[in-house]
Amino acid sequence: MRIPYRPLAIGLVTLAFSALVLARAQAGDRHFFAPVADPVVKEECGSCHLAFAPSMLPARSWQRMMGELDNHFGDNASLDAATAEKITSYLVANAGDAGGQRYSSKLLKGVAAGAAPQRITELPKWVSEHRKVPDWEWRHKEVRTKANCVACHTAAEQGSYDE
Amino acid sequence: MKNMLVVTSGIVAMILSTATLAGPREDLLAQYAAAAKATGFSAARGQALHTQSFSGGKPDTPSCTTCHGKDTRGAGRALTGKTIEPVAASVTPTRYTDPAKVEKWFKRNCAEVLGRECTPQEKGDWLTFVIGQ
Ligand code: HEC
Ligand code: HEC
Ligand code: HEC
Repeated sequence: MRIPYRPLAIGLVTLAFSALVLARAQAGDRHFFAPVADPVVKEECGSCHLAFAPSMLPARSWQRMMGELDNHFGDNASLDAATAEKITSYLVANAGDAGGQRYSSKLLKGVAAGAAPQRITELPKWVSEHRKVPDWEWRHKEVRTKANCVACHTAAEQGSYDE
Repeated sequence: MKNMLVVTSGIVAMILSTATLAGPREDLLAQYAAAAKATGFSAARGQALHTQSFSGGKPDTPSCTTCHGKDTRGAGRALTGKTIEPVAASVTPTRYTDPAKVEKWFKRNCAEVLGRECTPQEKGDWLTFVIGQ
C-alpha cells in the first residue's frame, strides 16, 4: 500500500494549527483554568469533589495539603506514599505560580508571598468574584457547599468558569 | 457464513470479557471469606449494613446510604454535592474490579460511618449485596 503522504501532512498541519488556536484562545481567556489531565490525579482527587484545577492555588498550598491528607478538611483522604508523591509533583508542576512565574492565574491576586492558602473558596479574589451570589443560592440543596463549583459552573470539569 | 463467524466470535469475545470482569470480584470475595473464616456471605446482612444508621462514626454520615443513596441502582451524592455512580454492579459494571480501590474505600467509608474498620465478614456481605443488585 502506498501511504498518501500529502493529505496526511496537510491533515497534521491543520490539526497542529487548530490546537495552536485553541491554546491561544484558552490562554487569553481569564475564565479558563486547565482541568486536571493526569488520570491518577483525576481518580484520587476527583472522586469526592471536582478535581480542582492545579493553577487555582500556589505550589506551597498543594505541598502542604498533600502532607496532611489524613486530615483533609475533616476527611481522611490519605494515599500510599508513592501515589501521593506522584500527585504532588503534578499539582506543583501545574500550580498557579509554577516555573517561578508570578501568579499565572488571576485568582491568586492578593495572596501574600509566603502564604499557603488551603481553600480556593477563601482566596480574596474568589471571594470578591462571588460577592454578588445571594445567600439563599449557597444554601440551595443542589449547591450544598461553595466547593461544589459544578453546581453553578456547569463546564468546570472542562476548565471553563465563564457562566 | 463469514458473517456468522464474525457474529459468533463477537459473542464469544463478549462472554469472555464478562468472565474476566467477574474474576477480580470473586477473588476479593474469596479473600474476605478466608480472612473471616466465613462459611458464606449474605446479601440480606449486606443490605442491613448498607441501610443501618450507626452512631460510632461522624454525625453527618450515619449510614452508607447518606452518600450512596437509598436506591442501589440510582446515583448517590457525596456531602460536597458530587454525584456518585450507582453501587449496583448491574448498573455500574466497572465496580469492584479493582481490589485496591475497593479496600481504599472500605477503609475510608467504614471509618466515616461506623467509626471503625469493617470486618472481612461485613465487607463480604456488603459486596455480595451490591454485586447481586
Ligand atoms: C475522601 C474524600 C476526599 C478526597 C479523596 C479528596 N478530597 Fe479534597 N475535600 C474533601 C472535602 C470533604 C472537602 C471540603 C469541602 C467543603 O468544604 O465543602 C475538600 C476540599 C478540598 C479543597 C478546598 C476546596 C475549597 O473550599 O476551596 C481542595 C483544594 C481539595 N479538597 C483538594 C483535594 C486534592 C488535591 C485531593 C487529592 C489528593 C483531594 N482533595 C481528595 C474530600 C476529599
Ligand atoms: C452558587 C453558585 C456558584 C458556585 C457554587 C461557584 N461559583 Fe464561581 N461564580 C458564580 C457566579 C454567579 C460568578 C460571577 C459571574 C460574573 O459575575 O460574571 C462566578 C464567578 C467565578 C469566576 C470568575 C469568572 C469570571 O467571569 O470572571 C471564577 C474563576 C469562579 N467563579 C470559580 C469558581 C470555583 C473554582 C468554584 C468552586 C470552588 C466556584 N466558582 C463555585 C457562581 C458560583
Ligand atoms: C461520605 C460519603 C460516603 C459514605 C458515607 C459512604 N461512601 Fe462509599 N464511596 C464514596 C465515594 C465518594 C466513593 C468513590 C467514588 C466512586 O466509586 O464512585 C465510594 C466508593 C465506595 C466503594 C468502592 C466502589 C468501587 O467501585 O470499587 C465501596 C466498596 C464503598 N464505597 C463502600 C461503602 C460502604 C460499605 C459504606 C457504608 C459503611 C459507604 N461506602 C459509605 C462515598 C461514601
